[in-house]
Amino acid sequence: MSDSISTLPRGSVPCSNQAKTLVVGWDTVLVLAIDTSTPAVTAGVVALEGGLVETRGERVTVDPRAHGELITPHALAAAEAAGVTLKDLDAIVAGVGPGPFTGLRAGMATAAALGHALGIPVYPVCSLDALAADVPPGDNAFLVLTDARRREVYWAAYDAAGQRTDGPHVQRPADLETEVKVAAGDGALLYADALGVRPVEPRFPSPAGLVKVARSALLGKEPPAPLTPLYLRRPDAAEPAAPKRVTAP
Amino acid sequence: MARIIMGIESSCDETGVGLVRLHDDGTVELLADEVASSVEQHARFGGVVPEVASRAHLEAMVPTTSRAFSAAGLSMSDVDAIAVTAGPGLAGALLVGVSAAKAYATALDVPLYGVNHLAGHIAVDTLQHGPLPTPCLALLVSGGHTQLLRVDDIASSFTELGSTVDDAAGEAYDKVARVLGLPYPGGPPIDKAAKNGNPTAIAFPRGMAGPRDAAFDFSFSGLKTAVARWVEGAARRGEEIPVDDVAASFQEAVADVLTAKAVRAAKEQGIDTMVISGGVAANSRLKELAAERCAAAGIELRVPRPRLCTDNGAMIAALGAHVVAAKLPTTPLDFSANPALPVNVVSL
Ligand SMILES: [Zn+2]
Repeated sequence: MSDSISTLPRGSVPCSNQAKTLVVGWDTVLVLAIDTSTPAVTAGVVALEGGLVETRGERVTVDPRAHGELITPHALAAAEAAGVTLKDLDAIVAGVGPGPFTGLRAGMATAAALGHALGIPVYPVCSLDALAADVPPGDNAFLVLTDARRREVYWAAYDAAGQRTDGPHVQRPADLETEVKVAAGDGALLYADALGVRPVEPRFPSPAGLVKVARSALLGKEPPAPLTPLYLRRPDAAEPAAPKRVTAP
Repeated sequence: MARIIMGIESSCDETGVGLVRLHDDGTVELLADEVASSVEQHARFGGVVPEVASRAHLEAMVPTTSRAFSAAGLSMSDVDAIAVTAGPGLAGALLVGVSAAKAYATALDVPLYGVNHLAGHIAVDTLQHGPLPTPCLALLVSGGHTQLLRVDDIASSFTELGSTVDDAAGEAYDKVARVLGLPYPGGPPIDKAAKNGNPTAIAFPRGMAGPRDAAFDFSFSGLKTAVARWVEGAARRGEEIPVDDVAASFQEAVADVLTAKAVRAAKEQGIDTMVISGGVAANSRLKELAAERCAAAGIELRVPRPRLCTDNGAMIAALGAHVVAAKLPTTPLDFSANPALPVNVVSL
């Protein structure tokens, strides 16, 4: 176990089954999708049949402080709504951000532990890509923006076909230089005026969107990539100066 | 039938996963105790950086769990219940362990117990010394806590008799180590330097020891400042700092006030068993002085070995086992971690 960990990129979350490839011998691949990179606590059970992506059950609560409380109950409820148990799942797809750290980790820790205990692979996807996957195909390039707090946005740019062309980044909206005028994600709604963009749906990543991004890896029986959170910011920490004097010099 | 309890700890800078076996007679046997520490990542900051700790917990959770099962020679399907630290501790750090514990319990379809970290520090002693007679007095001393507790039931009844009004004892060690140019964390290097020093060389103050002070509360902020003042004075006079003597005198002041108050509390409460736990319980002078004073007062002293005293998953598994044995209710799956969980709430 420890041997395989040392080969992972710094900051990734080792899963005991990273080396395990999804065994696709079934007609339908049943996937649990989890994302906690935005205020939405999102879990869904999605069936992948050939190229088709079908949501069988989902639970979403928009509450930026409830990720740790709700993500596992939501995963259970989504499975129940789909008429399956967690033991029926073939794989997990987890949004790895970028997103506010604490909430993001709740979903990733949940996905990693579920994958570990169920003995199934966990596929990481960029949460902004999952949002982009739900933007209806059109003629124009677009942006995806989510709220990074501290008056900043997480963002990435996509071409008309939905392929990521730039990002993900974290920046103040005013510093974001772009010609693109259409943007999805709750960050687009928050900063539409400052950015001069027209907000479009969706606001948050959906289970189907998450699975769409991982579709080719799932169907191609590829081993999952390391589960590495996209923090984009360093931890706030300052090295201390010399100890403060307690007596007058 | 004996049951296997898994414990998950992530309240500060150690990711701990422990496995214990709860026997039918109520005794609890240690099977695995795996810890991944991020202490080295915090060293240059002179204290735990919460975000650095949280990131390390996420990376370490699954591998530490795997190591615990390999060490115990068990498979995950052997687990009968899971306990996890619900608080107190760092909010972001707690959330990683709580999230993972909920997922493990759900996937394995076993009951989950959110338990108190402070109570875990005391419950861990039963892994080494067997069932704990109650009532007993517990002195919990670490980088984050300094508390005197009365324990009437290891699974459900802890009462705080006193606590620090400012710094934790371990925090004072870290700060004094910095003043003396010793590394972080300060406990081990100060203990080592003190062995070569004279504990009566400098008369440092004993905090909260006056007749009008709360009998069982502690204060270490004044002591820390007194050490810094003394060191600055010596430096100003161009004297070489006698690091060993300062360390020994500081350590004596800490051990003196901790043990004096603990023994007084035990006597006043009519209690004849004392447990000292937490990272600072590894301190050689504290153990020595406590043994001396407990013996004189006719109190049986129990100090878990150092490996069990610092934060780990085994202490949470041990407490979980006692909670399971007491047939207390399980914790609902949607519970939140509580960074300020009071010690009288042993399980949620
Ligand atoms: Zn502790």
